[in-house]
Amino acid sequence: MKYKSQQIAYWFFALCILLFALQITYGFIMGFARIGWDGLHDIIPFNTARAVHTNLLVVWLLSGFMGAAYYIIPEEAQRELVSVKLAFVQFFSLALVGVIAIVGYHFNYWEGRKFLEIPRELDYLVVVNVLLFLGLILTTLFKGKRQTTTAMVLSMGLLFAALLYLPGMIWFDSQVMDSFFRWWVVHLWVEGVWELIMGGILAFLLIKLTGVDREVIEKWLYVIVGLTFLSGVLGTGHHYYYIGVNKIWLVVGGIFSALEPLAFLGMALFAVYMYRKGEKKHPNKLALFWTIGSAIVSFIGAGLLGFAHTLPQTNLYTHGTLVTAMHGHYAFWGAYAMIVLAIISYSVPNMTGRKRFDKTAGHMAFWLSNIGMLGMVVALGVAGVVQVYLERRLKMDFMVAQEETKIHFVVMLLCATLFTVGIVMYMYEFIRYGKPSDEALEPAA
Amino acid sequence: MLSKSQARAFFLGGTVVTFLIFIGLTIYSFAPKNDQTNRDKLTAEVAKGKRIWESNNCMGCHTILGEGAYYAPELTKVVERRGEPFIRAVLQSPVPWAPNGRKMVAYAMNDEDTEAVIAYLKWIGEIDLNGFDRVVSPLSKGEKQ
Ligand code: HEC
Ligand code: HEM
Ligand code: HEM
Ligand SMILES: [Fe+2]
Repeated sequence: MKYKSQQIAYWFFALCILLFALQITYGFIMGFARIGWDGLHDIIPFNTARAVHTNLLVVWLLSGFMGAAYYIIPEEAQRELVSVKLAFVQFFSLALVGVIAIVGYHFNYWEGRKFLEIPRELDYLVVVNVLLFLGLILTTLFKGKRQTTTAMVLSMGLLFAALLYLPGMIWFDSQVMDSFFRWWVVHLWVEGVWELIMGGILAFLLIKLTGVDREVIEKWLYVIVGLTFLSGVLGTGHHYYYIGVNKIWLVVGGIFSALEPLAFLGMALFAVYMYRKGEKKHPNKLALFWTIGSAIVSFIGAGLLGFAHTLPQTNLYTHGTLVTAMHGHYAFWGAYAMIVLAIISYSVPNMTGRKRFDKTAGHMAFWLSNIGMLGMVVALGVAGVVQVYLERRLKMDFMVAQEETKIHFVVMLLCATLFTVGIVMYMYEFIRYGKPSDEALEPAA
Repeated sequence: MLSKSQARAFFLGGTVVTFLIFIGLTIYSFAPKNDQTNRDKLTAEVAKGKRIWESNNCMGCHTILGEGAYYAPELTKVVERRGEPFIRAVLQSPVPWAPNGRKMVAYAMNDEDTEAVIAYLKWIGEIDLNGFDRVVSPLSKGEKQ
């Protein structure tokens, strides 16, 4: 690590780990409710658990992206962050908004719009928080010695993510309009600007870990994010098939969303190819595992499993079923959770000056969590297919068909346990690293 | 071989063009003659129903128009499927509604709110959903196809 101010990233990563643990806890509450163990119903009904589960996911990922930016931007721009004090202010206000929102969900203080449950008053706080963050990152970048493509793509991703939050704050009386613009946030985030963030982090990690020439990596980065927007913007139409808008979206959404996997395929090929090409063998193999793993799993989870239900003819039957939940888990895991875990695995040894990356626990964490998640996804997928067949094809009553999915949730919970063991090992390693140390500052990281 | 500046041009060009088309299509689909969002029938009561729906996060258990959670029945065609008295009983129940064993939150709703939610669900049920309406409702399937 070269710049002292990069250490701020550590606190964002620590928040990540903490919120991730809570997210999993609420996942189990829902999983148990689904097999009939709903003892917590009076205190934490399913809708509370779900809002907490998905919002914590989004907040810990954002905290990870912010940490990544605080780590990457000074290094790329070759200067210290403009203000570490303000960065701490931003950190605490992020944590505060998160806590108020999560606590509020337990007291019916929410908006009830999937993924955008944060109540309106808190939305304004989010906006202020993100503006402060962007201000710090962008001034550091533009005052710096150089503006690399990697840094630009990452910063643009963060900037557009902030802008796209705004359409989600417009109030509509119509459920259809509400849903239409909700997707401008949710879809254009995960299948648009977040891919820029992912691409930026991926490119940074590949440059550091493989030693391949920056020009080559950044050229392909442009191609990948180009494919992302070319397919992803009009691909939004795959959410407009059956919500009460014009049929034109069946054609446009169908064609363009079917092209979306190309960007993820590009990401996977890019990572594997650069790894093969690289001559430098960085000792931090674990970070390399998470990096390449993220590129590959995102292709499966987002690309292949997304494609599986994106054509209008299929989506007619799978729309709003457990098939969607299957895809949601694997896509979020591969593309965003794993890339955040990758940058943490890469940067924490540099910030603390300890080199624990060849410890068995870290490698076990990688394999157990990945095998566990794959199992969860298969179980959800089977449950989804059963649901679609019984409820949508055979026209069975919803609740009767649900009864048949219980067994698959037992399997899912077993796999989730394996997954959790892996994540606990990851957390253990994170804690064992200890805090950032000034002794780790060195001219070449 | 592709150069870095060509790659950048591909990125910027593709983004601008698709984004403009996207805005164009959005305007197109809400133009009066293409609009199918059931806008004319959206009364103040329906809007009130939506607010109740939202402030209680019903979408955290149910799906509506195929969006939401997968824990409880899809409600797009619920009025047609169950009828109003049944829904009234669900919403006004003082204990968690769970005839099939899975619990709903007990809302014990007053009459005014109940009628607003029913108006909202009725409005939802009348939207033209490009065929999805037939898939989620066993009742309408037999009749309308
Ligand atoms: C904690 C989860 C949960 C929440 C929150 C919830 N419901 Fe339900 N709801 C259920 C479950 C589960 C059932 C099915 C119960 C059964 O059949 O055993 C149900 C059934 C219903 C039914 C009857 C559907 C049918 O086909 O039988 C209606 C109507 C309904 N809910 C409306 C609502 C409305 C309106 C709200 C918000 C004010 C709401 N629900 C909030 C879980 C929930
Ligand atoms: C990393 C990228 C992605 C993530 C994180 C992601 C995540 C999700 C999530 C969470 C949902 C449920 C959203 C909701 O109902 O509110 C969803 C829905 C959907 N996704 Fe993705 N997705 C990604 C990429 C893709 C891609 C590339 C495709 C297509 C090829 C795709 C196709 C779909 C479709 C068709 C739905 C709607 C399902 C339905 O009708 O219920 N996704 N996605
Ligand atoms: C490990 C334990 C976990 C369990 C038991 C679990 C369980 C669940 C359950 C039961 C749901 C609700 C599905 C429904 O509506 O019926 C859900 C939703 C969701 N979970 Fe998890 N989860 C876990 C971990 C994760 C992780 C690690 C991620 C992200 C990487 C994640 C991302 C999501 C998303 C995006 C949704 C919303 C899906 C949608 O709306 O389509 N979950 N989870
Ligand atoms: Fe999408």
